[in-house]
Amino acid sequence: MIANLAFYLFSFILLASAVMVVTSRNPVHAVLFLILGFVNAAVLFLLTGAEFLAFILAIVYVGAVAVIFLFVVMMLDVDFVALNEGFQRYAPVGALVALIMFIELAFIAGNWAIAPAGGADRMFPTPDNVTSSVALGNLLYTSYLPVFQLSGIVLLVAMIGAIVLTHRDRKRSLHQNLSAQHARDPKQTLALVNAPLGQGAALPAKQTHEETL
Amino acid sequence: MLVPLSHYLVVSAMLLVIGIFGIFMNRKNIIVIMMSIELILLAANLNFVAFSGALHDMVGQVFTMFVLTVAAAESAIGLAILVIYFRNRGSIEVEDVTLMKG
Repeated sequence: MIANLAFYLFSFILLASAVMVVTSRNPVHAVLFLILGFVNAAVLFLLTGAEFLAFILAIVYVGAVAVIFLFVVMMLDVDFVALNEGFQRYAPVGALVALIMFIELAFIAGNWAIAPAGGADRMFPTPDNVTSSVALGNLLYTSYLPVFQLSGIVLLVAMIGAIVLTHRDRKRSLHQNLSAQHARDPKQTLALVNAPLGQGAALPAKQTHEETL
Repeated sequence: MLVPLSHYLVVSAMLLVIGIFGIFMNRKNIIVIMMSIELILLAANLNFVAFSGALHDMVGQVFTMFVLTVAAAESAIGLAILVIYFRNRGSIEVEDVTLMKG
C-alpha cells in the first residue's frame, strides 16, 4: 500500500517535472526540473528493487550529466527569448504527434501479456539471497565483462573527444618557446653603459615583452 | 514487485511522449532538445528496470547500465560540439545550422 502510494507520488512528480523541462522558458529552470525528474526516477528504480541503478542514476545523472547541462546553459551567452519564438507555432503539431504516439503505445500495452511459459526463458534469474548490487556485479564482471570494458572505452572516447573538441590554444598564453630562447642574443637585453663620474647613466629605452623574446 | 508492471509501462510511455513533444516544441533550442533526448532515454531505462523487476531477470538492469553509459557519453560529446559551434558562429539556433547545405 505504502509502495503503491509512493509509486504514484513519485511518478506524478516525475511526469510533472518532465513537462516543466520541455515547456519552461528559462533553460536553467529546465535543467533544474530535469534534475528533479532524475531524482524521482531514481526512487522509481528503488521501488522495483534496482538499488544500484537508482544510486548510479542519482550520482551519474544528477551529479555529472545534469551539471554539465547547467554549466553549458550558464556559459553560453544566448538570447533564450529569441530561441523560444516558435513555441506556439510548433505546439499543435507536437501535441498531435505525441497524442498519436501515446494512443499507439496504449494500444500495445492494452493488448499484450507475458506468456505463462515465458518466465522459464530467463537468461539470468535474479538471485533471492543477495542484494541487487552484488547480483549486478556478479553478472557485469563475468558474463558481461567484454561489454563492460567496451562501455569503458566508449566513455574514454567521449572524454578525449570532448577535450579535443573544446580545447583551444591560446595565442597569448605564456608558455615556453624554446627556439626563441636559444636564438636570443645578449645584445638584445643587455646594455653596457659608460657612466661618467658624477653624472650617472641614462636609463635605456624600455623593451616590450615580445622584443625580449 | 508490489506495483504492477502495467503502471510502470504507462509512466514510461508518458515520459517518452513528453520527450517527443519537447523535441517538437523547442525546434530552435538545441539544449532543450538534448534534455528531451535524455528524458526519452530515461523512459527506456524505466521500462528495462520495470521488466527486470517483473520477470526476475537481471539482464534488464545490466542493459540499463550500458544505456546510462552511452547516454552520458552522448550528452558530453553533444554539449562539446554545442560549445565549439557557439564559439564559431555565436548562435545555437538549429535553423542556422546550414553549413553543409552547399
